[in-house]
Amino acid sequence: MSKLRSNLVVIGIYIVFIVLLITTLYPMIWVVGTSLNPGNTLLVSKMFPDNPSLVHYVELLRNTDFMLWFGNTVKIAVANAFLSTILVAMTAYAFSRFRFKGRQQGLMTLLVLQMFPGFLSIMAIFVLLLQTKLLDTHLGLILIYVGGSISMGTWVMKGHFDTIPRSLEEAAFIDGASNKDAFFRIILPLSLPSITFVALNSFITPFMDFILPQIVLRSSEKMTLAQGLYSMVANETNSSFTVFAAGAVLVALPITLLYMYFQKYLIHGMTAGADKG
Amino acid sequence: MHVNLDDRRYRTKAALLSALCIGLGQLYNRQYWKGFFWMVIAQLFFWTYYPIAIKGIAGLITLGDVPTRIIKGKVVQGDHSIFLLINGLITLVIILVFLGMYILNIVDAKRNGAIRDEGGQVLGFLASLKKAKFRNFPYLLLLPATFFVLFVTVMPLVFNVLIAFTNYSAPDHIPDRSLVDWIGFASFYDLFTQEAWRSTFVGIAVWNIIWATVSTVTVFFGGLILALMVNHPRVRFKKFWRTAFILPWAVPQFISILVFRVLLNGSFGPVNDLIVKLGFSPVPWLSDPTMAKVSIILVNLWFSTPFLMALMSGVLTTMPRDLYEAAEVDGASWRQKFTRITLPLVLLATAPILIMQFAFNFNNFNLIYLLTDGNPNQPDYFYAGSTDILISWIFKMTLNQSQFNMASAVSIIMFILIAGFSLWNYKRMKSNQEEDWV
Repeated sequence: MSKLRSNLVVIGIYIVFIVLLITTLYPMIWVVGTSLNPGNTLLVSKMFPDNPSLVHYVELLRNTDFMLWFGNTVKIAVANAFLSTILVAMTAYAFSRFRFKGRQQGLMTLLVLQMFPGFLSIMAIFVLLLQTKLLDTHLGLILIYVGGSISMGTWVMKGHFDTIPRSLEEAAFIDGASNKDAFFRIILPLSLPSITFVALNSFITPFMDFILPQIVLRSSEKMTLAQGLYSMVANETNSSFTVFAAGAVLVALPITLLYMYFQKYLIHGMTAGADKG
Repeated sequence: MHVNLDDRRYRTKAALLSALCIGLGQLYNRQYWKGFFWMVIAQLFFWTYYPIAIKGIAGLITLGDVPTRIIKGKVVQGDHSIFLLINGLITLVIILVFLGMYILNIVDAKRNGAIRDEGGQVLGFLASLKKAKFRNFPYLLLLPATFFVLFVTVMPLVFNVLIAFTNYSAPDHIPDRSLVDWIGFASFYDLFTQEAWRSTFVGIAVWNIIWATVSTVTVFFGGLILALMVNHPRVRFKKFWRTAFILPWAVPQFISILVFRVLLNGSFGPVNDLIVKLGFSPVPWLSDPTMAKVSIILVNLWFSTPFLMALMSGVLTTMPRDLYEAAEVDGASWRQKFTRITLPLVLLATAPILIMQFAFNFNNFNLIYLLTDGNPNQPDYFYAGSTDILISWIFKMTLNQSQFNMASAVSIIMFILIAGFSLWNYKRMKSNQEEDWV
């Protein structure tokens, strides 16, 4: 009796799994299938096209601004990763290695600021950028990203710096090293995982984010990938779904691979920050 | 002149002199170069900035009183209220910096006076510069970050709060065509008393809370059940199932949301196509108000469950086996083991993440905007559709309707909600940690 019940449970689980597998994979296979479908409308498109072709990819690269959006996004991502990492490293180093007046308060301020999602002040950011002539510029977007990455990144990186024993630097100081030497020769190489985490996080943000670009960037030649892909499907009457599918595959594939490859670093970075927070 | 030496003489006098005029105390302490520099810089700063500061503060108070007008057929530019507001804010920051310098100058004079009181020798100019450089190194490191946080995070926050107390909104109060005025709490008052505003706000807020709660709960149980099933001892190919179910998590979210937007499209979406082919009537996934809300929750379930499953799998492997063995000895049923052991332990381990998920979903702009854009239409609402949440409503009021004052009033109320929630969470976490340490 109990054996039978157990078998039924296992069969039930497998049935659920197969249903879940179909619902999980269906959207992904649909996108890939549609992007390879030679036809233009969704109604005649098949998930497994009879004669797959890359025509939509060619169209995407030739007739849309996809490459432009891609270039914009990479530019913003690189600038953000570079600036954020430098700023966060400086800030975290100061908070981890020096004891100074206002240190506790500074750390608390960062913690509190981190709790408020930055885009809550979208209204203020919009008006401020409008009045400082930074609206519709990549610089404006980069500055906001960098400002937003400081609070979280600092806590993560400080947590990691704290785990590096001070005796290493003290020994170096005795040998005549300066603060600069200690930072670049000792701290930096030893905290590579958390630096990778901050850099990667700020690199990926512009690829994933939609709201801030939508606020800051207005003209089509300045758009990022997220905005560009949205504009392809926002309009119900246009028939660029197939081209959109090609774009979605091109964006999703590298990011998914990047994510899976760096998963270790990401998880490690998060836990390092959380443990010592 | 005092004949009896008061042993606090130098420090008091130096501090008083410095309070009277920046740099004077340093001169009195015979730090001539330092005092000279302090004095010249402070005087230069004060006399060039003083008129600008007065103007800035005046502008902040009046927000301009000369409107743009037409004289003899020509447009004459008037005051730009929002510029005046921003300039006033920057002026305030600079005044605060100046006050900081002033206090630093007094403290410095007093400290060096104290050294003289105790019969010590004050440092020369170069030596004190060297010492300052050494002592202030961490501040130097923090300077760029402080600058960024101040101008990108704090300034917008303050600005946001201030706008809520003005009438900055279309159509009548948009610079530089017309002026903006301070109106106190009128925006908040309107939000709660004017029927259209009130019903929009309450309707959206209720849906926002329901959405955040339901999405968190469904994802929690979805992830837990999936993890329990994958970890069932008799299920084979565990690694395959895990990898397959984790895939939606790695795909960039905005792409999967946009894909669902196309899939669930009412007229030519493949999902309805399939349903019709199977002989059923099409489902209004995104066009019926209730169904659209259900769709949002289902789509969220699709891409959030994998993360919770991965997390729960980790938690489940650390479950103490002896508890289950003891329960089995006592003859506990499967249900009892689940509700008495598994559920409480999992809840305890995942509580912080659930709270984070709740806060994240509360402001999940991407999902709402990319999936439904707030639609379907809701004629009773002001500038919002029936699936809009507060953050997407603020977005629409700001970017499409120029209702800046109302948008910032709503965002202040959201601030208070989130701040209260985070504070409560922070306290709870802290007390939890302390319990752990005992």
